[in-house]
Amino acid sequence: MGTESMPAPQGIETAVDRTAVVSRPGTYLELIHSWIVTVDHKRLGILYICYALVFLLVAGTEALLIRIQLFYPHNDFVSPFTFNRLFTMHGTTMVFLVGMPILFGFGNYLVPLMIGARDMAFPRLNAFSFWISAFAGLLLYYSFIGGVGLYGTGSAPDVAWFAYAPLTERPFSPGHSTDYWAVAILANGIGSIGTAINILATFFCMRCKGMTLSRIPLLPWLYATMSFLVLVAVSPLTAAQAMLLIDRYLGGHFFDTQMGGSAILWAHFFWIFGHPEVYVLVLPAFAFANEIIPVFSRKAIFGYPAMVAASVGIGFISLGVWAHHMFTIGMTSFGNAFFTLSTMLVSIPTGIKTFNWLATLWGGKIRFATPMLFSIAFLFQWVIAGLTGIMLSVSAWNWQLHNSYFVVAHFHYVLVGAIVFMIFAAIYYWYPKMTGRMLDDRLGKWHFWLMVIGFHVTFDVMHFPGLLGMPRQIFTYEPDRGWTLLNQIVSVGGFIQGIAVLIFVYNMVHSYFRGVEAGPDPWDAWTLEWSTTSPPPAYNFVVDPVVASRRPLWDLKHPEDPDSAFE
Amino acid sequence: MICACAWSAPSSTSIFSNKTTPAHELNDLSMFVLGITGLIYVGVSSLLVYAIVKFRARKGDTTEPPQVFGSMQIELSWTIIPILIIVVLFLTTARVLFSVQDAQKPAYALDVIVVGHQFWWEFRYPQYNVVTANELHLPLSSKDAPRPAFMKLTSADVMHSFWVPQLDGKTDVLPNRVNEMWIDPHETGLYVGQCAQFCGAEHAKMLLRVYVDTPEQFKQWIANQQRMQAELTAVPVGPQGSAAQTAPNAGNQGGLVRTATSKVPPNSPPTHGNVTPNTGEAQEISAQAGQYVFEHEACISCHTVAGTVATGRYGPDLTHLMSRDTIASGAVPNTKEKLLAWIGDPNQLKPGSLMPAMHLSDRQNEQITAYLMTLK
Repeated sequence: MGTESMPAPQGIETAVDRTAVVSRPGTYLELIHSWIVTVDHKRLGILYICYALVFLLVAGTEALLIRIQLFYPHNDFVSPFTFNRLFTMHGTTMVFLVGMPILFGFGNYLVPLMIGARDMAFPRLNAFSFWISAFAGLLLYYSFIGGVGLYGTGSAPDVAWFAYAPLTERPFSPGHSTDYWAVAILANGIGSIGTAINILATFFCMRCKGMTLSRIPLLPWLYATMSFLVLVAVSPLTAAQAMLLIDRYLGGHFFDTQMGGSAILWAHFFWIFGHPEVYVLVLPAFAFANEIIPVFSRKAIFGYPAMVAASVGIGFISLGVWAHHMFTIGMTSFGNAFFTLSTMLVSIPTGIKTFNWLATLWGGKIRFATPMLFSIAFLFQWVIAGLTGIMLSVSAWNWQLHNSYFVVAHFHYVLVGAIVFMIFAAIYYWYPKMTGRMLDDRLGKWHFWLMVIGFHVTFDVMHFPGLLGMPRQIFTYEPDRGWTLLNQIVSVGGFIQGIAVLIFVYNMVHSYFRGVEAGPDPWDAWTLEWSTTSPPPAYNFVVDPVVASRRPLWDLKHPEDPDSAFE
Repeated sequence: MICACAWSAPSSTSIFSNKTTPAHELNDLSMFVLGITGLIYVGVSSLLVYAIVKFRARKGDTTEPPQVFGSMQIELSWTIIPILIIVVLFLTTARVLFSVQDAQKPAYALDVIVVGHQFWWEFRYPQYNVVTANELHLPLSSKDAPRPAFMKLTSADVMHSFWVPQLDGKTDVLPNRVNEMWIDPHETGLYVGQCAQFCGAEHAKMLLRVYVDTPEQFKQWIANQQRMQAELTAVPVGPQGSAAQTAPNAGNQGGLVRTATSKVPPNSPPTHGNVTPNTGEAQEISAQAGQYVFEHEACISCHTVAGTVATGRYGPDLTHLMSRDTIASGAVPNTKEKLLAWIGDPNQLKPGSLMPAMHLSDRQNEQITAYLMTLK
């Protein structure tokens, strides 16, 4: 595509559509019907996000029940069986029913808008992916009443979220709860792969005129990388679930150690999914930061080519690090050394990204709106999460840290401190675009500060029981180990976060009806989604936009100093 | 962070309170890594704080700052410096990794076989023909008399992980596979830990206790474990109670010795009977009566008491039960009350334990307890 010949600013102006969407008020039934049969990427995006937020509340409640149980040593608030179900469901839900759907939701909503497309490449596949994922979520939770287990009438999966074989084999998991788990993950994986194909096809084929690869905003770039990882990483997980079901029902022996199967094989299968999965979740969080930090620093992102290269680099390197979850499983010293090095290598592109964000802040005029507050907290927390990650990559030290609460604290630092914080930032940032109304800023500040305090009380402190030898996934602990006080602090922090999330939910509902009108571009931002109305019409843009730089709206607002002059 | 480590050092399960060579090497490495990452953290977060404070938007300023798009030199600098840090970290790690993991086993090493079970530990000393459970005894390994323990770890069912933080990092315990680790405790004492790989309902109560004895104590302990076995094997007919012991045994080998009158609850398993054919003696609470019940119930299909007909291998070896401080894999102290409660219903003490409640009468439970109390 030509770069200098595109008549860019005019193209953008014609794409700007500020007319209100006129429609006849329909009945509730019509409304519900329209949401169920929709193939509109924006509506599917919102469905994904709402679906994920419901499960966020469910899995958050499970986490709080876990924290109540761990408040005292030898507590019997829940039985060991219930506790095992709680943490298994908490982990599985947070990863598969909260993290992936909410990020796919934002991808669905934003990728077409940001690249100036009118929908995803395959709208019907998009709807199919959402509904099969939704089915998977319901199936998993149906196990609470339908999965007759060994103990009691109802039984949810209780084999931990990584479901290490052979605990999942028939002799050790005789009920059906493990089957619900495997089938739900399998179905969810089909949905994820569908969406990944869709995002990749959209990214490569649906860009508007003028949007060359080097002009694509960073968010679509990161979503493309994430989708590539989903394609490569979710497939082995799906295969492993099929093998597990063959073991359980067709007499296979892949993971059946009593018949010569291998427990390590499952671990490899799971983590070759499981580690790229971390990047599947964190790359969209980076993507949000890449959009939000520049807008609120009032500066273009620093080092765009380095950011793209680093993101794609993370994508590739992350495929070669999975066995750092298995340093204690009995690999050779050479194997341990290899995965130590490959894991440490990830920190280089990650470091580049962090420093580029810092450089974007540098020399800017930073506005502390709620999305930016969450993003700044993300930066600090991400640094700590990355550094504890380096500690864990030191394989010899990992022999001590592995499977302890240090690891639990580390990955919650990544998943909550980085990803959930950026999801909150993204919701505050794009909620006006999706609903046409701003989220309440005062409630947003309350949400932010309670969340920051709760987060640090919980997860800073959680590192220490791990250093004091507390393994993860234990339903109770001995009083003489010095873990009691630490666990109590962690539990209190958990409840502070719970209150913060309730304020956030209230804010979402309240602002939907009472929020300030947002207008098309409340943040004075620069990417294409802000050029259309809030919420955008079904067709997104009246006229296909044409862009001449990475920041088409900057060009429009600053004709005296357009980015396109520097490309 | 460092302060926290210093503060945590005295804890009985702290990873910074190391008592063996491998644990010590891991600890030194961890301090080095903590130092480097701590410096990086202080550097990066001070820059962040500085940028946020310095470049905040001032009230009333609506102009846009100068737009800067990047700098190749700066990008290179923050690519190359981290690469150098990683080279240092990797080489340091590799040195410790290879020296610990690939250490040669000396000829004077003690062999230990660790077998993980749901939810308890089996320890075997092949050099001494000793089997015990849940409480591992190791000799002190001093400079003058080094005696490292080289352990082979495997599992009878699902994955477990052997972790005693003061002695070493963890090693996973897998079925259908043998892993290895070695430790050379420098101080005597009791070291506690627990299973570190989720293994099912009672993962939390699969505790580990490692007693490091002086070489003399260890020798004595081994001798005790061996001697008792030999004695029981060597004396089939004991001086006291031998008639009560052997008669039912002998009878049982011949087929069915059951009294017609069963005094146990009607819904109990079928193999109930009076303790001995001689009425009267059966009612007394004695070790002999207990042994009879023990050997005529399902107990012996899972438990071994060396020298008797009890040769089950599914549950812990009970030959020297009373030489252990705890039962149920460290869950409760080894007292008469706890033993009684455990035999009555293991799931009361440890829900999810694979030992079933046998639904014996209280008297039979007490008799078994009396018998177990003699297994010193």
